[in-house]
Amino acid sequence: MNRRVAVTGIGVVAPGGTGTAAFWNLLSEGRTATRGITLFDPAGLRSRIAAECDFDPLAHGLDPELSLHADRYIQFAAVAAGEAVRDSGLDTAAEDPWRVGVSLGSAVGGTTRLEHDYVLVSAGGQRWDVDHRAADPKLHLAFSPSTLASFVAERFGARGPVQTVSTGCTSGLDAVGYAFHTIQEGRADVCIAGASDSPISPITMACFDAIKATSPDNDDPEHASKPFDDRRNGFVMGEGAAVLVLEEYEHARARGAHVYCEIGGYATFGNAYHMTGLTGEGLEMSRAIDSTLDQARLDPTRIDYVNAHGSGTRQNDRHETAAVKRSLGAHAYDTPMSSIKSMVGHSLGAIGAIEVAACVLALQHQVVPPTANYEVPDPECDLDYVPRTARPRKLRNVLSVGSGFGGFQSAVLLTEPAGRTR
Amino acid sequence: MSTEQPKRAVVTGVGVIAPNGLSADTYWKSVQEGIGVLDRITREGCEHLPLKVAGEVRSFDASTLIEDRFLVQTDRFSHYAMAAASLALDDAGLGRDAPEDPFSVGVVTAAGSGGGEFGQRELQKLWGQGSKFVGPYQSIAWFYAASTGQISIRSGFKGPCGVVASDEAGGLDALAHAARAVRRGTGAVVVGAAEAPLAPYSMVCQLGYPELSTVEEPDRAYRPFTAGASGFVPAEGGAVLVVEDEDRARDRGTAVRAVVAGHGATFTGASRWAESREGLARAIRVALDEAGCAPEEIDVVFADALGVPEADRAEALALADALGAHAARVPVTAPKTGIGRAYCGAPVLDVAAAVLAMEHGLVPPTPNVFDVCHDIDLVVSRARPADLRTALVLSRGLMGSNAALVVRRGDETAR
Repeated sequence: MNRRVAVTGIGVVAPGGTGTAAFWNLLSEGRTATRGITLFDPAGLRSRIAAECDFDPLAHGLDPELSLHADRYIQFAAVAAGEAVRDSGLDTAAEDPWRVGVSLGSAVGGTTRLEHDYVLVSAGGQRWDVDHRAADPKLHLAFSPSTLASFVAERFGARGPVQTVSTGCTSGLDAVGYAFHTIQEGRADVCIAGASDSPISPITMACFDAIKATSPDNDDPEHASKPFDDRRNGFVMGEGAAVLVLEEYEHARARGAHVYCEIGGYATFGNAYHMTGLTGEGLEMSRAIDSTLDQARLDPTRIDYVNAHGSGTRQNDRHETAAVKRSLGAHAYDTPMSSIKSMVGHSLGAIGAIEVAACVLALQHQVVPPTANYEVPDPECDLDYVPRTARPRKLRNVLSVGSGFGGFQSAVLLTEPAGRTR
Repeated sequence: MSTEQPKRAVVTGVGVIAPNGLSADTYWKSVQEGIGVLDRITREGCEHLPLKVAGEVRSFDASTLIEDRFLVQTDRFSHYAMAAASLALDDAGLGRDAPEDPFSVGVVTAAGSGGGEFGQRELQKLWGQGSKFVGPYQSIAWFYAASTGQISIRSGFKGPCGVVASDEAGGLDALAHAARAVRRGTGAVVVGAAEAPLAPYSMVCQLGYPELSTVEEPDRAYRPFTAGASGFVPAEGGAVLVVEDEDRARDRGTAVRAVVAGHGATFTGASRWAESREGLARAIRVALDEAGCAPEEIDVVFADALGVPEADRAEALALADALGAHAARVPVTAPKTGIGRAYCGAPVLDVAAAVLAMEHGLVPPTPNVFDVCHDIDLVVSRARPADLRTALVLSRGLMGSNAALVVRRGDETAR
């Protein structure tokens, strides 16, 4: 049973502004939201910059209890899911709750809260035999990321399959992909799908410092995230959430919902190479792209835009350029490929969903978001990276790709809604 | 619609690292004899915590199964998962080398708590000494995807790789995820879950679960379905299975141990155990439906058995709701009372037990449980011989997920 899957709602909490409108403004204007870290004192770190969300939970309708106690990444998800459900026009109370699922991704879940309380119970890292009496009695909610999907399911009355997905930096793409399969194969009619992470904390910054994965351009944070540029020197940490409402196509049609686009395909493979390293060939990512094209029975030349992982590390951007060339052939040179991480940073597990949201908006507006800060070409990255300025373009079929620690290589294909003139 | 027979996902390998056994054979021996191994926690730095009893994996020497270069960059939870994966691959006759077509084998794990012990060590370095003391492996050891990534890299598996970081029930969801990947065309998936939640800070994190048992006598701490039920006892370890396309398994002459026949998953809210009755019953019906299985065909139920009176009642009632009159006749068991609940690993261990139970024609007993106060036929004291063709495995998560999995014996040919 292969049912069609429509995207009918979008919600975003991203650096540079909360809400889909603010997010799209940032992207279409090519502005960057990277800056010196304010969420904690980053003194002593190699990379002291990030793309932070100026996020006021109370202003976004979260009750005070939640604003005080829920982890930041859960607050992001709650706000983004709220916007997505409103945008979809879905009356969740009128749906059969057993046919509504949730699939949300997070790479590091409640780490920020876990670290906060760790400091309290360990007397500032002084003791192994930690003192439980200093911990928040609700700390268990940060222990497992299953809290994320559970919380959102509770809030929107979902009683169908509820999953938290944690495949590192492809979590967002994979959460959307799992939701796609859930609807396609008939286990739910509606799925609240996306991802959230709030990783800007000392331990997460320090662990990427240790492997020099993040950019040390502390003196020029606005221009620090430089995907595909020859001067690139690592990613800039980000945070945020994006949530989509996915719906079985006929279900969406029957209630007269606006269909942004369809999910044409999803695939993920492992590179079985290295936990953090990537090959120069991009074979596995290419295989994921090919699989999505097969699922949609689409020729590679029909791809109009590739939303890149484009983290801005030396190896990633070459790997991915090779992968896209392998799949699209000569057409790769005619296909714009940009990285929004140049503007909103790399929010680990969340970014895949934020990038899918960007693709949905690109299709809606028929505009390709740019790669900000792109100035100096790298001879090994020779595609059209849409430097600095957004570009109007006829868009029908759009790919979003991602790579993650652990070797995950994922791709999601979005296609214009059927029925429109092709 | 295609007229082609749908692919069947079958179990061809079982690997276990559990408190009561460091292989599928030793695990089964303990399970069928009803040996309980719950004991006082012995891990350094845990002595003073108000959680005293758990199921610890003891005498496990990771270096006998895993190369040093992997050991240094991974937490204990990945050691268990990688070791269980090795055992499962050996059992399936797949070996540990890369397959001819690397894309034909994927890896899926469920994880609830990640690399807590490794993470605590690195947090201590960061906050006790400074950020420059954080090691290069924190970024890959602590996160929930570590085990899937390392199993894939170690054996060269490039097929679909995934991580369900869900509730306990995520263990069954991972198996279903793998079975669906096989039905979509992947040759085999190495799938399971292993957890290591018994480090000091990880234990502090669990103290807030209202369902946690703090009874200090090991034999009395985890007794579901009895008047003395006082919550659950945590455990570490888990199981990994090889789930494979039946035709591929038969082509390479490997024994088909069991068939992953049906799965259902629902959500009814964290700690709202009375409502889990409806959620669990619904999950069972969905699983039976997918398996094309009548309630009367279920020969044994591996219960979730949380040990919270309201939850135990809900589970007994859910069985009656979903299986009708058959619920009073079908033997029910919960071998996990002998080892505790290894979070996402727990239901995968139950599936391993179900596969072994069907092969041996024995319903294993429920250790430490006597005087059952619910209307189910809970097998206690000693294993009960029975012709077992179809097993139902149930799991619920502390954050509100319910899942059911129907597993059929390998020689069952009904489609």
